[in-house]
Amino acid sequence: MQKNGPLALVFHSLVVAFVLAPLLIICLVAFTPENTLSLPTTGISLRWFKAVFAHPDFVASFWNSIWLATLSATLSVALAVPAGLAISRLDFPGRDALNALFLSPLIIPHLVLGVAFLRLFALVGATGSFAWLVATHIVIVTPYVLRLVLAALSGLDRSAEQAAMTLGASSWTTFRRVTAPMILPGITGGWLLAFINSFDELTMSIFVTAPATVTLPVRMYMYATESIDPMMAAVSALMIALTAVAMLVLDRAFGLDKILVGQR
Amino acid sequence: MTPRPPSSRALTPWLLAGPGALFFAGMILLPLALTVILSFRAYDHATGIKDTYTLAHYIAVVTDEYYLGIFWRTLRIAALTTLICAILGAPEAYILARMRNPWRSVFLLVIIGPLLVSVVVRAFGWSMLLGSQGLVNQALQLVGLPSARLLYTETAIVIALVHVMLPFMVIPIWTALQKLDPMVEAAAWSLGASRFAALRRVVLPQVSLGMLSGCLIVFGLSASAFAIPGLLGGRRLKMAATLVYDEYLHELNWPLGAAIAIIVLVANLLIMLAYNRMVETRARRMLG
Amino acid sequence: MAFLALERLSKHYGNMAAVDDVALTIEKGEFVSLLGPSGCGKTTTLQMIAGLVEPSAGRITLDGRDITNEKPNKRGLGIVFQSYALFPHMTVAENVAFGLEMRRVPRPERQDRVREMLSLVQLSAFADRYPREMSGGQRQRVAIARALVIAPPVLLLDEPLSNLDAKLREEMQFELRRIQRKVGTTTIMVTHDQAEALSISDRVVVMEQGRMTQVDAPYRLYEQPSNAFIASFVGKTNLIAGTWRREGGAGAVDLHGLRLEALVADFPDGTPVTMSIRPEKILLRKAGEGRLDGDIASRFFLGSQWLFTVDTPVGAMTVATPNQGEEPPAEGASVGLDWQPADLRVISATNR
Repeated sequence: MQKNGPLALVFHSLVVAFVLAPLLIICLVAFTPENTLSLPTTGISLRWFKAVFAHPDFVASFWNSIWLATLSATLSVALAVPAGLAISRLDFPGRDALNALFLSPLIIPHLVLGVAFLRLFALVGATGSFAWLVATHIVIVTPYVLRLVLAALSGLDRSAEQAAMTLGASSWTTFRRVTAPMILPGITGGWLLAFINSFDELTMSIFVTAPATVTLPVRMYMYATESIDPMMAAVSALMIALTAVAMLVLDRAFGLDKILVGQR
Repeated sequence: MTPRPPSSRALTPWLLAGPGALFFAGMILLPLALTVILSFRAYDHATGIKDTYTLAHYIAVVTDEYYLGIFWRTLRIAALTTLICAILGAPEAYILARMRNPWRSVFLLVIIGPLLVSVVVRAFGWSMLLGSQGLVNQALQLVGLPSARLLYTETAIVIALVHVMLPFMVIPIWTALQKLDPMVEAAAWSLGASRFAALRRVVLPQVSLGMLSGCLIVFGLSASAFAIPGLLGGRRLKMAATLVYDEYLHELNWPLGAAIAIIVLVANLLIMLAYNRMVETRARRMLG
Repeated sequence: MAFLALERLSKHYGNMAAVDDVALTIEKGEFVSLLGPSGCGKTTTLQMIAGLVEPSAGRITLDGRDITNEKPNKRGLGIVFQSYALFPHMTVAENVAFGLEMRRVPRPERQDRVREMLSLVQLSAFADRYPREMSGGQRQRVAIARALVIAPPVLLLDEPLSNLDAKLREEMQFELRRIQRKVGTTTIMVTHDQAEALSISDRVVVMEQGRMTQVDAPYRLYEQPSNAFIASFVGKTNLIAGTWRREGGAGAVDLHGLRLEALVADFPDGTPVTMSIRPEKILLRKAGEGRLDGDIASRFFLGSQWLFTVDTPVGAMTVATPNQGEEPPAEGASVGLDWQPADLRVISATNR
């Protein structure tokens, strides 16, 4: 591998600075003791973090998002694992179409999905329903889980399953004792990725959330369009922290690049 | 010992994938169909959605200057974002590919990690940087330059979009570079090519498909972006997504909003189709 | 009565016959190898016996029971896969115990049998290790233990030694035979390595393009191959094509005027024949003192023997002589080749 020259490294540093700048500034401003957006040059204060936890709307939205993400990720896995098994192992008419259907949310703009779900909700009277909101998030995150499940299944050594069968295991026992443990890393990675994507989602959610079900990103957007103060920075910093933890877990366990670069 | 997959005993695949398939059909195909139908329904400001069907919304969208202006802005911004992402992303991917570990993994994480941070957070970060009291202006003032009005301009939108979309450009190019045999470049040098010529004649063609993929993803995502134009464009600089939001939540003109959304969807699908067609022809040419 | 019988077993994929009309009977306790190049159908045959591939035609009987259509998890056979197929998330002991678990063997008995089997394959110290912590040879022994602990009626081995390096392969060959002899299980091994098949089998089945071409004890297979393919696939040989001449009660092969004496065979005069003579059956003498003269084109030292390529009027011949400790003729030297007439065998003849 040829080394990168100084020009390349300068360019690279600028790109990295560009990528990290907004995130860094948020983390800095979140600690400011002032009343306005400013760097914490006069000292460090946690007042804005306290303000976040004291703000009932934000706290409620945070829990909404956590529940929503947990439920969608879990139900999505329950849906994607059997579907992945069918798609990767069995040959049946319509298999490719089915695969395309499950991956379609990736190419449909979230804007369009939001509008479409909104219409559906209005017609079935689902506006304000948390369950229906979970359903929409399941749709959005399932492609990520399915892709990782399919990748895990295709990388599996099938002969281990055959060995289990010849030793007397039924299909279900083979899946439970051999296949599932072997694809567990892929499933877990998929769950985490689904969780994060659901937690972060804005564009679709803003169409289908109702006052009772407002998620954290939607709350933040609404707040930011009206006033910009350091509390917004504090919430953002907390979200960045949450994401960083998830990132580290994903990377330690599986290698983040393997999971994300497999995307798209 | 790998026997071929059994053609199904008819029940099993449908038992496994059936529930998911039904769920997805109900949650994707049905709502989309309903939205298409909605886009043809007439709307009256006084009485709401009517029972008659009309093409009025589509016609309005493609003839009215207001809407055309927004579409043009959307396309312009998306194209500019794509261009800048390509100019920044391709060299960055190349530089990353030539780094040694551990730097390579670290910086790959740095570049694609932000994908996991919500777009609201990132847009907000830029609004802080680009505001009239933001860091950029403070830096300019330090140097003695007049403060620039950056927020609520198309520039701000493009900058933030580039920030959000950059990973989507880097990833496919990076993937393509990974598949490349590093010795191919060295072979070109040994045959007398300059660094730049080798890049242009040997590396670039191989990653062109990755670049194309990245460009299409970035363009599609930028054209339908919501949070960034919403937070950084203000009320006056609308793009397609914020326009739809307006029609739905402020004007309550759902049919019109639906029409715009369908146009955005169709545009995205056309881009996908064009890309697939290009990939197929290229693959056919390369592999025979 | 035959313990395992294959009757007219076939597998077709579209127009292609991967396995064509294979008939074989195997006695209890026998070690049989299916030998052939890749694509000859040996692995497919094994898969059909295992139940992993459905036969297109034919029958498989085990101890009187027709198992042709039984599912693989009901047949109770022991299988060692080429990649060993160990369960990566289970320890060695758990791997070996798996089959017993499926048979609901109670835990104390299970543990005893696993322990016994691990000591048989000399892996007692590794019971709590994971497959990824072990070498290829060790993993293979785990696979064997896992297949044998269930006391299967038949043990199937799919290219068991192909993933091991040369030295280990030799050791494992004898290890495999030792274990099989000790336990007494009827065994079928698939391999493309003729040395492997010859060294440890009771009988060898040679397969070519889906068909069985010869079934014999290793020694007979080597000395009396039934066609030119087998002659050159099993061991090395020199093939010579010529015309058969009858001379009263005796016969000879005529190769463009050169006559080489051969044993009597019932061919009419003038039949085109192919003869085979093994390199180790040829002796090097001084030029003019043998049946055929030639020049040494190249010479290779293989430790226990010398391998020569000798250019003769009938073509290039390979000669192998044991290493007697002294320097044999050098490259370029003229030598005479001699052999016993009985060693020059007829391999095939047209017009039969």
